[in-house]
This record gives sequence, C-alpha cells and structure tokens, in this order.
Amino acid sequence: MKRAIPLTLVLVLSIVFLIQYFIPSRVSQQLFDNTLQWEIVIGIPAVVIAIDSLIRHHVLKIRQRKKDWAYSIVYLGSALMMALVGIIGGIQQGRLFMRLFTYAMAPMQATVFALLAYYMASAAYRSFRARKAEATVLLLSAFVLMLGLIPLGASLWKGLPVIGEWMMLVPNMASKRAIMFGVGIGMAATNLKIMLGIERNWLGGD
Amino acid sequence: MVRSSLAVLAALLLAAGQLWALQPPAGLAISDIPDDDGTGLDLAWQASPDEAGPAFLGYIIMRATKPEGPFEQLNLMPRGVTAYTDIELDGRQDYYYRVVAVDTAGAASQSAVAGPARPKEEWFKVGKVNVLIGTALFIALVLVFLERAKRGRLFLRRLAGLDAVEEAVGRATEMGKPILYILGTSSISDIATIAGLNILGQVARKTAEYETPLMVPTYDYIVHAVAREVVKEGYNAKGRPDLYSEDMVFFVTDNQMGYAAACSGIMARQKPATNLFMGMFYAEALILAEAGAATGAIQIAGTDAVTQLPFFITACDFTLMGEELYAASAYLSKEPLLVGTIKAQDFSKIVIVGLVLLGSLIAIVVRSPFFYNWFSIR
Repeated sequence: MKRAIPLTLVLVLSIVFLIQYFIPSRVSQQLFDNTLQWEIVIGIPAVVIAIDSLIRHHVLKIRQRKKDWAYSIVYLGSALMMALVGIIGGIQQGRLFMRLFTYAMAPMQATVFALLAYYMASAAYRSFRARKAEATVLLLSAFVLMLGLIPLGASLWKGLPVIGEWMMLVPNMASKRAIMFGVGIGMAATNLKIMLGIERNWLGGD
Repeated sequence: MVRSSLAVLAALLLAAGQLWALQPPAGLAISDIPDDDGTGLDLAWQASPDEAGPAFLGYIIMRATKPEGPFEQLNLMPRGVTAYTDIELDGRQDYYYRVVAVDTAGAASQSAVAGPARPKEEWFKVGKVNVLIGTALFIALVLVFLERAKRGRLFLRRLAGLDAVEEAVGRATEMGKPILYILGTSSISDIATIAGLNILGQVARKTAEYETPLMVPTYDYIVHAVAREVVKEGYNAKGRPDLYSEDMVFFVTDNQMGYAAACSGIMARQKPATNLFMGMFYAEALILAEAGAATGAIQIAGTDAVTQLPFFITACDFTLMGEELYAASAYLSKEPLLVGTIKAQDFSKIVIVGLVLLGSLIAIVVRSPFFYNWFSIR
C-alpha cells in the first residue's frame, strides 16, 4: 500500500502533465506553474532533514574522535557563527553577515574555482601524451584548434582560424549532437520507466 | 565669446533636428502568437527610410486600449529591429498599437494606428504535432519491447564502465576502504540526478552484499532525503539492514565550490578505493575527478553534461557517456523489464539516424523546406 499510493500518483500526474505539455491555455499553464511550487513546499522539510544530517555527521565524528575530527569543529563552528550572525545582525548589505560572505566565503569559493586552471593543465598533459594513434590525432587537433583561436595563429597562416572553426562546427558539433540524441531518448525512457512503475529505486524503502 | 558661440550653434543644431521631418515606419501589422495561452501579440513593421541615417535612434512601441488613446510607451527597440512581442496581455481586451521612429536630436515620427487586435487562447499546440507523434511512437516502442522482454531474455552489449562497478566494489572490499558516491550538483528535477539515484540503488545492493563501507555526500536537500531512502532500501533488499547507517548519506553544503572542496577533502583524507560520479555535473567535475585521480582510486563517471564529458574521460578510468547513464540501472539490475526499455532506446536511435539520413538527402536533392519544417519545434 505504501508503494501503491506514490506509484499511482506518479502514473496519474505523469499522464496529466504529458497532456498538459500540448495544451497552451491559461488553465493548463496555471496548473503547471502551481505544481512547480510544490517543490518549494517539499523542500522545506527536506532542508530540516539535511541540516540534521550535517550536524549529526559532525557531532558523531567529534564524539567518536574519528580521524581528522578537529575539522568537524571548524565546520560546525563556522556554520553556527554564520547562522547566528545572520539571525541576530541581519543579512543586509554592510552587515557582518554580508562582510563575512564577501571577504571570506566568496574568496574561498574563487580559490577552489581557480584550481580548475591547474587541473585543466594537468588533465590536458595526460590527454595529449601521444602514446597511441588516437592520442596523437587528439594532440594535433587541439594544437591546430588552439592556434586557430589566438591571434598568433592567424598571423602565422590565415587558414588556421578557418580550420579551427570547421573543427568546432563540423566534427565537434556532429559528435555533440550524436550524444544529445542518445541523452534525449535516455531521458524519455527513464521518465517512462518511472511513469510505468518499472523503475522503483527512487522510491526507497517501505 | 567662444562659450556663447557654442551655445548658439547647439541651439541651431537642436532646432534643425526638430525641424527635420523623420519618415515614419510603415505597414505595422499585428498577429496573434500561435500556440500560446492567449496573452501575447506579435508586432512587425517596415523600417523607416531614414533608418540608415547617423542620428537615427530606434522605434518606440506604444499601446492603447482605444484607437484614440491614451497610448502608453512599452519599449524602445534599436535600429535594425522591426519586430516586437507584447506579452502578459488580457485575452478579453482589444489592443491598438503604433510605432514611433525617433532620432538622437529628438525628432519623432509615428506610424498609423494598427488594431484592434485581441490575443487568442489556444487549446492545442499545433507546432508540437511532430513531438506528439514522436512521443506516441516512442511509447509504442517501449511497450512492444516490454512485452518481448516478458517473454524472453534480450541481448545487451557489454558496457565496460558498468562491468567495472562490480570490480570496483570488490577492490574496495579487498582493500578495506570505502566507496565514495557523488550524485552531482543538480536538483531532483534533473533526470540525470534521478538516473544517478537509480544507479546508487544498485551500488548500495552490491556494497550491502560485500559489506563494503559506502559514503554519499549530498549537495541538494531533496536529493539528500531521496538518496538516504534509496541506500536504505538497497541494504534492506539484500537482507542487511544491520549494515545500514544513516551517516552513510550525509549532507555537505549547497554551495558548488564548497561541495567540490568538501568532496576533494574526503578523497584526500579518507582515500576511498573507488569514486563513482553519477549525475549532473558542472564546473566542479574536473576538480572532483582530478582530486580523485591523485589518490589512485578507481574512478567511474556517468553524466549527460556534454561539456564535462571530456574532463571525466581524461581523469576517470571509465566514463558512461550520455545515454549509458540512463541505461546503467537496467544493466546493473538485469531486470528484463528494465532491459526492454534499453532495447526501445536503441531502436529509437535507429529511427532517428534513418530520419537524419533521409532529411539530409531530401535537403540536398529536393531543397524543400517541408521536411525541415516537420522537424522544427515551435
């Protein structure tokens, strides 16, 4: 019974919204927009569950003195501090919360994001090592493409940007589209599997 | 002296601008937006003959509910634009429009009033008939292959990435190290996330079987709640609820780079034997995959994010590309009904490839827009 109700709900609502996709009228649009709001309603208890999980995870780590438990103190302390500063002092511009966000959180996020540049270089080095014929083709293609995209390439030979553009628009786009076809069909199949109750992993347990 | 001369010159230029008779745009036409909810109108006009002039600024769109006005100003469209879509209208009301050509000197010239026009509410999207036919065909294919799957086993080609999942779980068991499962940084409304959750269910069954520790740090609140249930069900299904712990699935943060940093930290400190990345990924994909590669873990990734696939291919041992992510749950479970849907997917791809070839041929030989129009979605 615990499974029958959600499965029936999924089937009925899937059929309703499949039909709704083809009906542009105001009633149909309102139904769609209102239903999207449900995600927010469902999200509220989910936030409580998630925060509870976060606190339990770190408290357990500290209590059991697991490896690197000290990091959990930093984590919980920072989270608690941000929450208190926001609740007591407000989150408007110029308040401590916003200053912490601007001068501590944002630079930390930017730092992690900046790691991408380093990782890209190391990933590119691994990919472009010409060990096999395919890797050599990849290396040459990347070399021509990169040269074609920078002013130096055009000054060396005017054909380089043209070849670079062709590589992006023809072979690259063709392979992207082939993947996108598969993705589209895969999405539709997953939806159908859920709709027909064939795929039930997402339901969890009783 | 110089200052007063400049003032006189400016006044003369301004007067000349105002006297200059700017020619108005002509042929203002209003049409109802097809396939909408009756709240929009499309406007189109012919450019003013003075549009090429250096002082020409653009067109002001004006609307009224009576032909005599009052007209309210809606928007200023730049030179070169001769169309405008007016939205959020009342379907029970008539509307009148005029377009005013303006230049930088302040000269203005308005078109004739066009109207009345009333937006019309439609009850079927005619432009999506092709989608309807395609959907019906696909559903029919799935149902046919489901029937065939009920009767007997269907052949499925080997997928190295998915065969490696079992191997990876075994390796983690032998090493006594955990498996890290990352569901990406999207919400539950993303189908890739749902596919990731479906695979998580199968992986949880295997970790329950082999008694391997599993760690699932989550990014989204709702995904967290669902992931917890999915893992719990996996352990129950294998008759090992005693091995399940709520701490296996733990929420980290909903900050993208914060999540990437936390997962990288887990990889560096706890050194999981296997890292699985299944779901939707953005810029954090390479950070996660490279951090994992540095620890020497077996890494299997699956995503439909085309822009992130090259990073995963580079940094992971196996990568499930696009549709393989959606086929993974069926492949791992080997349930005949689930496998039937993969067959329907494959058959649909054959149909699409056939249509692409046919379309290309028609486009080259006949050069008729008819075929193209059939496959454009409005």
